[in-house]
Amino acid sequence: MTRKQRRLTLIGLAGVVIAVATGLILYALDDKIAFFQSPSDIAANQIDVGQRIRLGGLVSMDSVETSDSGSVSFKVEDGGADIKVVYVGILPDLFREGQGIVAEGFVDEGGVFRADQVLAKHDENYMPKEVYEALKEQDHVYDDETLKQSN
Amino acid sequence: MIVEFGHFALVLALVASLIQSVFPVWGAVRGDSRMMAMASPLAIAMFLLVLLSFFCLTWAYLTSDFSVMNVFQNSHTDKPLIFKISGVWGNHEGSILLWVLILVLFGALVAMFSKNIPNALKATALSAQAWVSAAFLAFVIFTSNPFLRINQPPLQGSDLNPMLQDIGLAIHPPLLYVGYVGFSIVFAFAVAALILGRIDAAWARWVRPWVLVSWIFLTLGIAMGSYWAYYELGWGGWWFWDPVENASFMPWLTGTALLHTAIVMEKRNALKVWTVFLAIVTFSLSLLGTFLVRSGVLTSVHAFAVDPTRGLYILTILMVFIGGSFSLFAWRAPLLKQGGIFAPVSREGALVLNNLFLTTATAIVMFGTLYPLVLEAATGTKISVGAPFFNLTFGPLMMPVLLVMPFGQLLAWKRGDLWAVTQRLVAAFVLCVIATIGLAWFYAGSGVLVIIGFGFATWAIIGSVFEIIDRMNIRRVGLAGGFNRLKGMPRTVWSTALGHLGVGLTALGIVTVSAFESETVLVMHPGDTVEKSGYHVTYDGSWDQRGPNYVERVARYTMRDGGNVVRVLEPSKRVYNASGTPMTETAIATFGFSQVYFAIGDNTDDGGLVTRLYMKPLITLIWIGCLIMSLGGFIALTDRRLRVGAPKPARKSNRHSQPAPAE
Repeated sequence: MTRKQRRLTLIGLAGVVIAVATGLILYALDDKIAFFQSPSDIAANQIDVGQRIRLGGLVSMDSVETSDSGSVSFKVEDGGADIKVVYVGILPDLFREGQGIVAEGFVDEGGVFRADQVLAKHDENYMPKEVYEALKEQDHVYDDETLKQSN
Repeated sequence: MIVEFGHFALVLALVASLIQSVFPVWGAVRGDSRMMAMASPLAIAMFLLVLLSFFCLTWAYLTSDFSVMNVFQNSHTDKPLIFKISGVWGNHEGSILLWVLILVLFGALVAMFSKNIPNALKATALSAQAWVSAAFLAFVIFTSNPFLRINQPPLQGSDLNPMLQDIGLAIHPPLLYVGYVGFSIVFAFAVAALILGRIDAAWARWVRPWVLVSWIFLTLGIAMGSYWAYYELGWGGWWFWDPVENASFMPWLTGTALLHTAIVMEKRNALKVWTVFLAIVTFSLSLLGTFLVRSGVLTSVHAFAVDPTRGLYILTILMVFIGGSFSLFAWRAPLLKQGGIFAPVSREGALVLNNLFLTTATAIVMFGTLYPLVLEAATGTKISVGAPFFNLTFGPLMMPVLLVMPFGQLLAWKRGDLWAVTQRLVAAFVLCVIATIGLAWFYAGSGVLVIIGFGFATWAIIGSVFEIIDRMNIRRVGLAGGFNRLKGMPRTVWSTALGHLGVGLTALGIVTVSAFESETVLVMHPGDTVEKSGYHVTYDGSWDQRGPNYVERVARYTMRDGGNVVRVLEPSKRVYNASGTPMTETAIATFGFSQVYFAIGDNTDDGGLVTRLYMKPLITLIWIGCLIMSLGGFIALTDRRLRVGAPKPARKSNRHSQPAPAE
C-alpha cells in the first residue's frame, strides 16, 4: 500500500467516525437536552407533557409539604407565575423557602412539575445564575441585602 | 512581614520567568551556549521563589493571620489543622498559586533530570514553558493576589466552605493539578520541536516520561474527585457530566491518545506531526479547563469567585497560547520529516484507531460542554446538556475502543495478521461469553444494553490479561516454564495489560452500577427496620454532638444479615458554626466491590428521620480500575528504556542494552 492509499484509507475511516459522531450529536440535541424555563415561561407557553426541562425560581414561602413516603411538594415562583413541584428524595442541604433553586424534570398531565433532581446554591453567597436572570426578567430583582434577610 | 516576603518572592519569580522567556530560546536559535545555559538555573530559581511564596501563604493560614484578606475569607481559628493547610488552595487565589507552583516545579524537574537532552531543545522548551509561567504569575499578581492585606484586621475569619472541609481537598486538587500542569512540559517540548524544526524518535523518548507522569496524576486526580463527589454530595452520583468534570476529562482523553502515539513515534518514528499536534491540543484543553473553572462562566463549587476581569484575563491567555501554538504548528509542521510507513492492519494501525475514537470523543465532550455557553451568549436561550446527552453520544464511541484493545495488544508492528490474532483470541472470546452470561444471570439482567455492556467490559478485561497468558504458553512449556516466562516478560507488556485491565474494570463498574443500582427513600422512626438488597437495616436513633467547628446530628443504623450484625453506620447532618451552613455526611458500607450508601435528611414532626439508602453494585470497580490504570502507567515509567536521563535513539537501541552516555 502506498503512502497515498494509506492516507486515503485513514481519511475515509476518520470521515466515517466523524459522520457517526455528528449524527449522534444531532440526534441527542433533538431529544436529550433540557431547556431552561421559569414558571412564567411554563404558564405562557404550552410545554409538551413529558418534555425534559430545567425549572428555576424561588421556593414560595409556606409551600413546602413533606409526606411519609419521603416525597416533598413545594411551589416555585418567579414573581409572574408559580408551579407546583413534586420531588421524591432528600432535598439539598441549602434548600429553604424563599431561596432560589433549579429543578430538572418534566410537567405531567395535571400541570405538576415532577422533578428528579433539585439543585440549590452551593454556599451562602450565590443564587443559581439562571434563576437570578429569570427573576430579573420578571422585575423581581432581589438585591443582596434582601436575599440575606430572606435566608 | 512574612506575608510581604511571599508577595515579593512572587514578583521576583515573575521577573525570572520573563528573563527565562527570552534568552534561552534566543540562545538556542543563535547557537549561543551561554544564553542557553541560563535556562536550568533560572528554572530552579523560579521554583524556589514560588515555593517560598507558597510557604508564606501557608504560614499566614497556620497562624490565622486575619489581616490577610484571603485568610480572613477562608479560614477560622477553630478549623482543624489539616484544613488550615488544605484551605490554602481551597479558594481562587490560593488554588491558582498552587497551579503556578506545580508549573514551575515541572520546569525545575526538567532542568534537574534531563541532563542528556540536547541543550538547544532543553533551553527552547524551558523558555516556552516560561511563557506560560510568566502569563500565570502575572495573572496571580495583578488579578488574584493572595497576599492582599485588610486595613483593619478582623478578629475572626469567615471559615472555609464546609463542602471543602474534607480530606478530599487535601488530595484532589494537587493530584489533578500535577496532571493538568504536567502537560505544559509536553507542550513546551512540542513548541520547541516546532521552533527548532527538528523532531525524531528520540524526542518521543524524552517526552514520554512527562506524558506518563501527567497522565498518571490526571487519572488519579479525576478518580479522586469522582469518589469525593460521590461520598460528599450525598446523592450517590459519581459522575455528573458537569462542565467542570468535563474540563478535566478532555485533557485526559487526548492525553491518553498522546500516550499511545508517543509509543508509535518512539518505536517506529511514525505519526510525528500528529503527536506534536496532540501535545499542543492536550495542554490547550488544560488551559481551557482552567479558564472554564476559574473564570466564573460556570457556577459550580469549583468556581470560587466571580470576577469578570479574571475571566477576561484567562481568556486572553487562552487565546494567545492556543492561537499562537496552532499558528506555529501550521507554519512549521510541514518542515517536520515524514516518518516510517505501516500497513493499516498493524499495531500502529490499531493505535491510530484508538486515537481516532479518543479525539472524536473529546470533540463530543467539548461540544456538549461549550454549546450551552455559546448558545446562551449568541441567542440567550438557556439549555442544559447533561448525562442523557453524553450517555447517548459518548457511550457508543467507547465501544469500538474496548473492542479493538485486545487486538491492538497482539498485532505486530508495521504489518499485522488480523486473522491469526483473531484465532488466538478465540479462547478469550469464549471466556468473555461465559463471563457475560454469568454476570447477567447473577444480576438477573436481561436487557439488551446490559448484555452489550457486560460483553464489552468483560472482553476488555479478559482480552487485556490474555496477552500475558498467551505469552506464558503453559500448554507448551508447562506451569514452571510459564512462570519463568512471566518473570522475563518486558515491563511494557505488563503496563499495557494493566492499563487496559483498568479500563475494562472501570467499564464493568459503570455498566453494573448504572443498570442495577437501587434507591430507597423513606421516613424511619427509632426501632424501624427495612430490608435492602438482602440486608435488614434498623434505625436505632439519633443524638446531637459537637465537633471542632460544627454541631451535628448523628443517626445510627445497624445492618443485619440473617440476624448477625454486619455493620453499624452513623451518617450525620452538620451545621457549621461560622457560616451556619448545613452539610450532610454520608456513611458507606462496603461489601466486596459493592457498597450500601446511607444519607439522612430532615427530622419529621413525629420524630421520624428521612433516610436514603442506595445499593451500588460493583461501584468501587470504577475507581479501582482507575488505580490499576495508573499502576500500568507507573510500571511503564519504571521501564529502563524510558528512564529519564537514558535517551538513545530508538532505532539503535536494543531492549537489554545499558543506558547510553550522553550524545
